[in-house]
Amino acid sequence: MRRVITSGVLAAAVMAATVGVTHAAEEQYFPLLVYRTGPYAANGAQLANGQIDYLKLINAKGGVNGVMVKWEECETEYKTDLGVECYERLKGNGKVAAISPFSTGITYALLEKVAADQNVLFSMGYGRTSAADGRVFPWVFNFPATYWSQATSIMKYVAEQEGGADKLNGKKIALVHLDHPYGKEPIPTLQKLAVDDGFELLLYPVPPTSMTDQKSIWLDIRRSKPDWILMWGWGAMNPTAIKEASLIRYPMDHFIGNWWAAAEVDVRGSGVPAEGYIGANFHEVGAKAPIFAEIKSELYAKGQGTGPEAELGEVLYNRGIANSAFTVEAMVTAMKKYGNKALSGEEIRWGFENLDITQARIDELGLTGIIPPTKVTCANHEGSPAIKLQRWDGKSWTVFTDWIPAMTDLVRPLIEADAAQYAKENGIEPRSCES
Amino acid sequence: MELFATYVLGPLGEMADNPAGVVETVIGGLGNGFLYALVAIGFVIIFKSSGVFNFAQGAMVFFAALNFAGLLELGLPWYLAGPLALGAMFLFAVLVERVALRPLVGQSQLTLFMATIGISFLLQGFGEAIWGGNPHLLKVGLPEDSLFAIDYAWGQALGLDIIIQQSDLLAIATGLVMVGGLFLFFQFSRVGRALRAVADDHAAAMSVGIPLQHMWIAVWALSGLAAFVAATIWGTKIQIEPTMINLALKALPVLILGGLTSIPGAVIGGCIIGISELLFETYWGQPLFGGATTEWFAYLLTVPVLLIRPQGLFGERLIERV
Repeated sequence: MRRVITSGVLAAAVMAATVGVTHAAEEQYFPLLVYRTGPYAANGAQLANGQIDYLKLINAKGGVNGVMVKWEECETEYKTDLGVECYERLKGNGKVAAISPFSTGITYALLEKVAADQNVLFSMGYGRTSAADGRVFPWVFNFPATYWSQATSIMKYVAEQEGGADKLNGKKIALVHLDHPYGKEPIPTLQKLAVDDGFELLLYPVPPTSMTDQKSIWLDIRRSKPDWILMWGWGAMNPTAIKEASLIRYPMDHFIGNWWAAAEVDVRGSGVPAEGYIGANFHEVGAKAPIFAEIKSELYAKGQGTGPEAELGEVLYNRGIANSAFTVEAMVTAMKKYGNKALSGEEIRWGFENLDITQARIDELGLTGIIPPTKVTCANHEGSPAIKLQRWDGKSWTVFTDWIPAMTDLVRPLIEADAAQYAKENGIEPRSCES
Repeated sequence: MELFATYVLGPLGEMADNPAGVVETVIGGLGNGFLYALVAIGFVIIFKSSGVFNFAQGAMVFFAALNFAGLLELGLPWYLAGPLALGAMFLFAVLVERVALRPLVGQSQLTLFMATIGISFLLQGFGEAIWGGNPHLLKVGLPEDSLFAIDYAWGQALGLDIIIQQSDLLAIATGLVMVGGLFLFFQFSRVGRALRAVADDHAAAMSVGIPLQHMWIAVWALSGLAAFVAATIWGTKIQIEPTMINLALKALPVLILGGLTSIPGAVIGGCIIGISELLFETYWGQPLFGGATTEWFAYLLTVPVLLIRPQGLFGERLIERV
């Protein structure tokens, strides 16, 4: 009798849980892998705040075609092992929209897992560059540009400043980079360009465990006198490098950070004016887009903002918005085919793969300047890569170039070759994107 | 022969070609070395007096810096924030004695060492819980710019193109003052002499009326003072965030080299490590090993010392009767 009662209680519990799951399935779930503590916290917190504010705004406006979104944070501290643990912990908590770990190391670790679980991994402007080949990496998207593309755009600017690519011959270009999968990512492209253009590439790895100790690197830079310095840094590495560059009086207008080394926290955290320091970006800076008025009135005026209001319009906050906005637009795209409901991983993936965000649509969303026009295809998960450059004037960033397109004719074959190698090593049969 | 040319003659030739670069590197290394020494001194003070190897010393530096920076961010002037942050370290010393050490009286050294590992995690977490996880800056008006010899008449006259970071000079001066102050304290103050007595023989010290528990508080407070001084100098140079603890742990090879029981040993060990790791990174590490050798070079340097003189260059040889 006791066994019957126990079974009945268990059955009721299972039913209740099932009802709960059915109800939860009405919402689209955003598992947020964030880092609000540790040496990368200043950057990670702004990204997370932007992401969440956009999701809050979506719900305040009635959801995505009526489908509400929910989210859950898990602290990774930018550590790969914790990131994987977070993914495993969160992935079963709802219908996953996309995973965005904001870490190339975590992205690499999740490549096979997301494919097996059929979840989209959206590494917006980071992660494994060759994942741009959608034939080999159907579950990974890295638009609006990859590190390799970014490196070629930056080198285009450098070449232009020197008077043409032919003038790079004999020059010295230094790369100060985090000694981490992220920091190493642009090296093959820069090495290829060094061979093609005849410049000398000097590599300066910064160990993540002691990234605030860069004295030896900058003493060496003082001796080797590179004509230009590029930086692939993150977290506390960036302000340290900017300060050290200032201490050896390196000309800041020849020091270019990539888009993860060019936020307000990077230069302010250095404690030096850093006037003239240049950074890459794939969106505008400042809180000029109409979306900010909505965020202020719907969230901050009601005390529902996620972070301090002062960070609205700052580089990484805006990028957090962009991340959520791209994902929501992928949902909108998918809903046109699958209906207005919480979507499965496969359905979301279709939405990402058929994303075609025009300037008119961006303006309609109030996101002018926050996301670039983007078109993704089955084979090309990177879109049409291009960057803008911004300059620090001691107080704020100002974008000073138009879009600088990447050298896709150089990068795309490298991407396809690397993806083919990955497919071979992992026994993956690339899918056909012919339709 | 080719290897000899690459790994020996090449770097030495580069040094000979640019002696100013060597001077610059040595001064930079000396600055780093004194920073390591400031942390190592904190280790030595506790180990010498109580036999406890305090793994939490790096976290204490982080905690002191975090408190100082946090109080400044609240709008307090440095002359209030500094003493309050120092006071927090003294309070911490009392709590360590009451909560962690007193209940462990009579336990093995390994148990006490494990307790300090726990204290390390606690301090980091507690500090971040109070002041937030974001990196902080410690701006108390200490000099942090570079001096370029070429900017001065003597530099131009000598054609000397070297830079010296003012923060390095500050670290060197502070380290020297710290060692001098501690020497005077241990030699001439009543508490200092009592601490030396405790260090020599706990039982004998207690038999002549020296209260061991008070001495433990004094030792940890003194170590807290060392951590506070190190934090103030380090905080001027780098952002205050958890990798500061890793940097502070560079004091470990300094201790192995200089000896766990010698304050001058900590300073000399710090200087040896600081200078040699920077010279190696600059002339061998960067060109021949792709850089980032400062991560491991200091530990490599300690291997021969451990093999030849395990107690360190200036440490006391510990003999345990069985």
